[in-house]
Amino acid sequence: MAATKPKAGAAGVSELAASVGLTDDDLIGMYRVIATARAVDERMWVLNRAGRIPFVISGQGHEDAQAAIAWPLEKRKDWIAPFYRSIATCLAFGMQARDILTAQYAKAIDLSSGGRQMPGHYGNVANNLVSLSSPVATQMLHAVGIALAAKLRKTGQVALTTMGEGSSNQGDVHEGLNFAAIHKLPFILCIENNGYAISVPVSKQLAVPDVAARASGYGIPGVIVDGADVLGCYRAAKEAVDRARRGEGPTLIEAKVIRLTAHSSDDQQTKYRSAEELADLQQQDPLPRFRKELRDAGVLTEELEATIAAEVKADIDAATDYAESAADPDPRTAMKWVFAEDWPGETPPTWGFGGGHGLEGHEGDTSAAEGAVD
Amino acid sequence: MALKTFIEAIRETMTEEMRRDESVILLGEDVGLKGGVFLATDGLFAEFGEDRVIDTPLSESMIIGTSIGAAMNGLRPIAEIQFADFIHPAFNQLVSEAARMRYRSNNGFGVPMTVRAPYGGGVHGALYHSQSVEAFFAHVPGLKVVIPSTPYDAAGLLRSSIRDDDPVLYFEHKKMYRSVRGDVPADDYLVPLGKAAITHPGTQITVLAYGLMAHYALEAADVVAEEGVSVEVVDLRTLRPLDKETVLSSVKKTGKCLIVYEDNRFLGYGAELSAIIAEEAFDYLDGPVSRVAGPDVPGVPYNHVLEDWFMVNPEKIADGIRKLAAY
Ligand SMILES: Cc1ncc(C[n+]2csc(CCOP(=O)(O)OP(=O)(O)O)c2C)c(N)n1
Repeated sequence: MAATKPKAGAAGVSELAASVGLTDDDLIGMYRVIATARAVDERMWVLNRAGRIPFVISGQGHEDAQAAIAWPLEKRKDWIAPFYRSIATCLAFGMQARDILTAQYAKAIDLSSGGRQMPGHYGNVANNLVSLSSPVATQMLHAVGIALAAKLRKTGQVALTTMGEGSSNQGDVHEGLNFAAIHKLPFILCIENNGYAISVPVSKQLAVPDVAARASGYGIPGVIVDGADVLGCYRAAKEAVDRARRGEGPTLIEAKVIRLTAHSSDDQQTKYRSAEELADLQQQDPLPRFRKELRDAGVLTEELEATIAAEVKADIDAATDYAESAADPDPRTAMKWVFAEDWPGETPPTWGFGGGHGLEGHEGDTSAAEGAVD
Repeated sequence: MALKTFIEAIRETMTEEMRRDESVILLGEDVGLKGGVFLATDGLFAEFGEDRVIDTPLSESMIIGTSIGAAMNGLRPIAEIQFADFIHPAFNQLVSEAARMRYRSNNGFGVPMTVRAPYGGGVHGALYHSQSVEAFFAHVPGLKVVIPSTPYDAAGLLRSSIRDDDPVLYFEHKKMYRSVRGDVPADDYLVPLGKAAITHPGTQITVLAYGLMAHYALEAADVVAEEGVSVEVVDLRTLRPLDKETVLSSVKKTGKCLIVYEDNRFLGYGAELSAIIAEEAFDYLDGPVSRVAGPDVPGVPYNHVLEDWFMVNPEKIADGIRKLAAY
């Protein structure tokens, strides 16, 4: 997020960093986000198997693209409407590992929803990350609306939203792209195409190989990037951000990524992905590729790599302990924030059968939601 | 005080609010140059320009969804849905998104947005230009639902809606746009959301109504008054949050309640009113809580004979009152 273009040869500016106008600190910063996202994600699965948290939805395989594409946006000024795989996006935009884990545990202190939403529904006002719901692609229009307000209020903000290729088939995506293009809104749609929508392969989701091809129907650029190519993703996003800030309108970026895990902790992916495919996936993991790129460029020394690994592990251990021991939300707060103010006038009679909201002593049984989380 | 039509009160209130607060914008289909298909926004485009009065493409989900986003980033959008019948493509954005944004973010985000839509029948609009949709949305915690019946309330409630920090659905009975007139003060008064009004005090039967039916209920009350039946008409004005106190205290006083609504009878708004009264005023009742409502067909049929058959009117309400009075 450098202000002026760093030149290769200057202190802290490798050839690699200079090739995209960044500093080595930026590259290390991205690496740290990617490594943290992976580590927190792996921790989530461990906690799930240990029976500590009921549900995991993962970003493994998407992290490189996510960190790189969020990087050119300005924190606490620009906006991102993320989706359920956006762990690295959220970390790059100001959230901490602790915020991800308190959401996993749905604790009262969960920054995104105070334990009201399922894990994976990230978003909080302090970081200009839009609160996400479960019906896919609805966030598209919120980001477009944020971009509309940015244009009318002349704030110079850019709004980015991200989602999978399966979600790109929702009508809201069409309606939003059309409107954003008509008004040249400062908006970016990033499709993280991992080839699957749960079990349905992309060939049954799209009649064309690339979502990006659809951009031409809206008269906007559609760019395809390799989601494992961090610098390529960054370059595409930087161009889209610059274009948006110049008032030239939206861009559709399609990052080809891989889904390293099952769709979620409730999904048996061996039913629809072959053993060979699954074995081959590990060879394509984008994280070691970026690490090697940074090592080869002399940006990441062995020592720095070890330091980061230790720091990330300590961070996640501390975040896990913190989230484990944090308090659950109090059921007596569950009626709060339906509206900005309370409406006691609608309260059912306390003597009624099931009246008084039945909240006192309610144990918050979530069993009905489990197993039906897709 | 000036005598205004219902639609003038709405148009002028929007104009004043847009003058008062730069963050208020208007978006919808044909709301710009044309001034809306009913001319509710006539003149606003000329005064405020294309940035603040936006002719959108034909995309209802987009109109609501972008209004939600714009509301989260500092604006107060008024979204016009051309006919309430066409709000359904935006149902998901209203119910899954606007209604839940504050709750699901634990008060992180709010959606200060007003959605205006003309509803209601009796105008030869047939199945898809006559619908009453309030029950769908009044069911949803997180949405406020307002249905004014007089120009005075239309202005005061619209001001309150626009200034509210949560999403408000503001439904306007299209038959009232030019047929209803009333005094509207020139000052910046508010009619608070969540407060009903007793528009005709009486002692024997409470009639609960809103929108066009609030007028028809008054006509019916006058008719039966000549026959010696004293009716108290309560104009609900806001369906959610409901002014339970006014409703219950009227019913406790009269002991009988007739609920009038134009929407289909089954699970219409009156069903919830009946339930609340049965639960909370049971000991005071001298007769069955009853309803005069639209028949349960999937829409208002077009032919005038069929439309008359569908529509609730003052005679049907007076009949209902007589039956309940005789109980
Ligand atoms: C409107 C809606 N329909 C169905 C679902 C259930 N669902 C959740 S994620 C998902 C697949 C999404 O696939 P894609 O957009 O490609 O993203 P990916 O999960 O592969 O990253 C489905 C069907 C949903 N959440 N919302």
